Amino acid sequence: MNDDIDAVTAAPQPGAMPQFVTPIVPKSTIAGRALVAIVAIMTFLASLTTGAVVLVRAAASDWQSEVAREVTIQVRPVGNRNLEADVSRAADVARRFPGVAEVRVYSKEESSHLLEPWLGTGLVLDELPVPRLAVVRIASGAAPEFDRLAKLLTEQVPSASLDDHRSFVEHMRSMGRAAFLGGLAVLALVLVATVLSVTFATRGAIATNRTVVEVLHLIGAKNTFIAEHFQRRFLGLGLQGGAIGGGCALVLFGLVEFLSRNFLGSAAGEQFGALFGSFSIGIFGYLAVALQIALIAGVTALASRRTVNRTLESFE
Amino acid sequence: MVRFENVGLRYGLGPEVLRDLSFRIEPHSFQFLTGPSGAGKTSPMRLLFLALPPTRGLITLFGHDIATLSKDAMATLRRRIGVVFQDFRLIDHMTTYENVALPLRVVGQEEENFRDEVIELLQWVGLGERMWALPPVLSGGEKQRAAIARAVIARPQLLLADEPTGNVDPSLAQRLLRLFVELNKSGTSIVIATHDIALMDQYDARRLVLHEGRIHVYE
Repeated sequence: MNDDIDAVTAAPQPGAMPQFVTPIVPKSTIAGRALVAIVAIMTFLASLTTGAVVLVRAAASDWQSEVAREVTIQVRPVGNRNLEADVSRAADVARRFPGVAEVRVYSKEESSHLLEPWLGTGLVLDELPVPRLAVVRIASGAAPEFDRLAKLLTEQVPSASLDDHRSFVEHMRSMGRAAFLGGLAVLALVLVATVLSVTFATRGAIATNRTVVEVLHLIGAKNTFIAEHFQRRFLGLGLQGGAIGGGCALVLFGLVEFLSRNFLGSAAGEQFGALFGSFSIGIFGYLAVALQIALIAGVTALASRRTVNRTLESFE
Repeated sequence: MVRFENVGLRYGLGPEVLRDLSFRIEPHSFQFLTGPSGAGKTSPMRLLFLALPPTRGLITLFGHDIATLSKDAMATLRRRIGVVFQDFRLIDHMTTYENVALPLRVVGQEEENFRDEVIELLQWVGLGERMWALPPVLSGGEKQRAAIARAVIARPQLLLADEPTGNVDPSLAQRLLRLFVELNKSGTSIVIATHDIALMDQYDARRLVLHEGRIHVYE
């Protein structure tokens, strides 16, 4: 049987038993395609945001753990003190400290390489009061007392100081949190836009189906019965739009993951890898996108139900 | 069953179209609501099937003051009333069978339990061959019969029919009147709004005559 209002007659079924199969809210009276397109776009944007948040958080967490495994000793050239002797004494102090796996002193050449981007090549460090660095790698599973190490260093080498990268790690944490909150804000905006679109579409559908709604009312249908029929129709549209938008986002993530793996050998790929790791949103990311599809479809259905109920309340 | 006391009705800020209506509709009764064309017979019918609240006065339906009813309670009361609308109000995208079965679907009955009954009624009103047809292809008379079948399928306690024979030939009008009389004998109270004197002359029943916004009852 045809549920299109344009059909003037249902297919004759000689000998067959009639059946109640036509939906009470006809498909053709809802701006279905437009709504599916809107929901698809919203889900796509929400999924991209979720993917980006997952990626940034994972990268920030990688950087944090990487940075947290190292501390830096800085030895400044002071007065007529022997800088080389100070550096090697500071390195010895660090090496003897419990929980330290390795201490690597940056040579003069390495220090000049580090400064090249700012001061250019051919730098003669002896002419400049440039501090020297030693990188202290923490033993796996160890948690050294950095405050005690810093105190010990300043006692034995007054010109040395310890940088445990606390502010950088804190900065990373803040960035991860900001990315997460930003993602939540975008998701909230997407949900609000979806609710508004569905509300307008539902109002339009009710206006088009006003006669149907009135007849249902007058033959004793309760508002919940009418709202359920609209909700069912909109849930279908929401699922369709969500699946299209979310599906496109999943394909995009899969494609980018594939490409990033294939270009890992190239210079751009290396830089990308250094920034974002494997560029994979992982199982959690894919699961979050799938949940988002269900969430947006559910929001679509609930928004239509709420709109129908509110419209019906003002009907009589 | 139904009691109107000093009921008045106005649309918006317009003049009062119904004034001080006071009458009762008893169980198992049969009455015509009549009056000249344009007298406003549809307005008391709309009050009776709870499509409008009165501007003033008291209406009780099946013992309930309708002013105090919730929306859900009103919907439950409407299930005890069958209505034949002057403009039929069939749902265009549903087949004749589905239109007639709709009141049973609304109360949650399973199709297996009502299918035979709906088919039998459609055959009785002469629409056995038009069960799969959509309302836009039905003639005026066929629509009228489908609307009547929908109004009576749930065996209402009160049947309200607004000009139910307006679009049918005299022989079918007589047949439909017989249907209403049969329904009345089985316990349904009937109110038929009509200006068709020939139809009223065919059956001796109480008449509620609407004139200049007031009702005069002729037992």
